Amino acid sequence: MNPAVRRWVFVAGAAGLAAFYLWGLTGLPGFGSYPGPYGDIINRVAVAQTNATGVVSAVNFAYRAFDTLGEEFILFAAAVGVSVVLRHLRGERQRPARDESMDRNVAPTSDAIRMVSLILVGPTLVMGWYLATHAQTSPSGGFQGGVMLATAFILIYLAGEFLVFERISPLAAIDAAEAVGAGGFAAIGVSAVAMGLPYLTNFLPLGSRPGAVSSSGTIALISFFVGIEVAAAFVVIVSELLEQTLLSRQESR
Amino acid sequence: MGVFPFVVVTWILAVGLYGIVTSRHLVHQIVCLIVVQSSTYVLLLGVGYRRGAAAPYFSDVSVHTPAVDPVVQALALTDVVVEAAVTALLLAFAVQAHKRFGTLDPQELVQFKG
Repeated sequence: MNPAVRRWVFVAGAAGLAAFYLWGLTGLPGFGSYPGPYGDIINRVAVAQTNATGVVSAVNFAYRAFDTLGEEFILFAAAVGVSVVLRHLRGERQRPARDESMDRNVAPTSDAIRMVSLILVGPTLVMGWYLATHAQTSPSGGFQGGVMLATAFILIYLAGEFLVFERISPLAAIDAAEAVGAGGFAAIGVSAVAMGLPYLTNFLPLGSRPGAVSSSGTIALISFFVGIEVAAAFVVIVSELLEQTLLSRQESR
Repeated sequence: MGVFPFVVVTWILAVGLYGIVTSRHLVHQIVCLIVVQSSTYVLLLGVGYRRGAAAPYFSDVSVHTPAVDPVVQALALTDVVVEAAVTALLLAFAVQAHKRFGTLDPQELVQFKG
């Protein structure tokens, strides 16, 4: 099938899909008139039940905590999968970072990029830490905070060389952090079982008033562990992909 | 206005699919898949929206303030995480495909086996 025919087959199919899809969507209760009832019920009871003022986090780390556990392990599995797919194959060896095409002029990293990246590392770390530890009070949580923490490491890569990036994020330590993050979440659930409660029950004291950082029991703790796991997973994924620039097939040299 | 956000959802889905079908580069194709998935974010947040309602955060407003649905927002978060995982794996496969076959054009890659 040549590309032109393929495009026409697609256009016909996509037009039908889009028409039916849109028809289906217009059957929903119109935009802006959410009918409930689940969101309304949770909005009404969540603050009293969990002492968390961030209801999205309460849904994620308490009401749907079991789902979120699976979600965290999806990311864990992806990091493992990237490591496996990008493992060193036979005949591959490490070589010093060098541009593949020799004939182009690659400018060295400019001082401006180095400086801006280094200046941003500190605030990014603080902001990531803040997001990962304030799921219970404001729009944040472990997933968002973890991605920001990983960004701090990528800024260091931008500011310097890959080797520096490798030195400050040794794979063994990052792997351990990932395991602690993923295992911590599961362990919180098992602790509840050990106390004779259902899996992932919020067994910690909820704090005296809603909206305090120390409130909401396991919601804050789970969010913190998720933050560690997500940060480590992203550093693993990024460093595995970056490491590919240092590999070459021996037979091609 | 009632259906406009759903028109946007359908449009994002359609352009993403068009990109996937016509793409000549695996990385571009992966980005197109992200575009397809982005349509689900708009759909989820659109379904849970209530006109004039606040965000489901009650730090400084009463619990009785009308708020949008927090459940679909939590689902959107799941959606983002799955997208990140899928993208990371697909990019890793693209790296390996390039190493093995020396090309990233999907229409050339179909000639290769194994």
